[in-house]
Amino acid sequence: MSAEQTEWPLWEVFVRSKAGLDHKHCGSLHAADAKMAIQMSRDVYTRRQEGVSVWVVRSDQIVASDPADKAAYFDPAEDKVYRHPTFYELPKSLDHM
Amino acid sequence: MYTQAMDTMGKDEARKPAVRSADELQLEQRFDERIDAGEFIEAKDWMPEHYRKTLVRQISQHAHSEIVGMLPEGNWISRAPTLKRKAILLAKVQDEGGHGLYLYAAAETLGTSRDQMFDALHSGRAKYSSIFNYPTLSWADMGTIGWLVDGAAIMNQVPICRCSYAPYARAMIRICREESFHQRQGFEALLTMMTKGTPAQKAMVQDAVNRWWWPSIMMFGPPDDQSPNSAQSMRWGIKKFSNDELRQKFVDAAVEQAKVLGVTLPDPDLKWNEARQSNDFGAIDWAEFWAVIGGDGPCNKERLAARVKAWDDGAWVRDAAMAHARKHAMKEAA
Repeated sequence: MSAEQTEWPLWEVFVRSKAGLDHKHCGSLHAADAKMAIQMSRDVYTRRQEGVSVWVVRSDQIVASDPADKAAYFDPAEDKVYRHPTFYELPKSLDHM
Repeated sequence: MYTQAMDTMGKDEARKPAVRSADELQLEQRFDERIDAGEFIEAKDWMPEHYRKTLVRQISQHAHSEIVGMLPEGNWISRAPTLKRKAILLAKVQDEGGHGLYLYAAAETLGTSRDQMFDALHSGRAKYSSIFNYPTLSWADMGTIGWLVDGAAIMNQVPICRCSYAPYARAMIRICREESFHQRQGFEALLTMMTKGTPAQKAMVQDAVNRWWWPSIMMFGPPDDQSPNSAQSMRWGIKKFSNDELRQKFVDAAVEQAKVLGVTLPDPDLKWNEARQSNDFGAIDWAEFWAVIGGDGPCNKERLAARVKAWDDGAWVRDAAMAHARKHAMKEAA
């Protein structure tokens, strides 16, 4: 068996810093299984009360957009200013609308 | 804890201009423009091969330094003078394990595996910071490492928080946030001994400072005129200040801190230069630096042997955990 096959799989770690906030990606680590990944996330990423909840997900299970497609994917939103509330000029008396 | 501007590849890896295709030249030009615009580079973005190699080398050296750096301090956990100091030292050494992990993870995003990096360390191909090849002889060494060694590391590392390679920059932000505790606890431990200690304890602090001062200022790496890769690293936004600039900044800060502590620094040539508004200091023994980097420091063999033993002794645990995970995955699938 090669060295690569015995290496523990990689997991991405997401931490909710406090109740009411989103989980946010904060790093990754190697672990044999999900239970160990959760345990090690606690030890590595929340030693100073950085979180109240952690999610882990196998890195090879994440599907991401291709950086080469960045322009084609995201630039079309650039000229659609009418999607923002500030595009619309209203009388001053109603401007908080 | 500790990066070192080692830049040692200049000695053994001559850079030869590769033959590039027109496509590649265009990609490289776009890459340079992104760097010039102060943009961050992410893991899946196109990058020149040499940029990738430079980063893998620097980040993995940095990661190795963190975990080898656990050894000189781990030596004192069971001998800390009070429960409070023991808890502090344990927390610091645990942080260093974490810092190693953040950095290995950052290097892995560049396409090198954790096992490959460990193999490079264990076989002696990879370098780590020269400072960890010095022995920790007394309790005062723990405080001195915090003050001087972590202090030098912070000076080196803060600029890397703005490094062009985003996964490295993010790891460094996390590390720097935790690092300040390391320096402060060290200084406070020394200050306690210097203000409340016996004459023997004060002498122990001075002795530790005498031994760690020169190795600490060597941590900034070779002088600028002997750092052949620095210019390229600066061009790429991996390095923000030169080795000598950072070293000077560190010396100037340490001189003031030594006064507060009530210790002297072991350099007869150290004196304030009014014209430069900086401290002049004596010549560094670069022959010692290269010897320690090259494997001939006081503890190189011991440190590497400890890492290899930990890895080898842990093999059955890693294998058992994988076997357990596989068995349970199969049961769930059935």
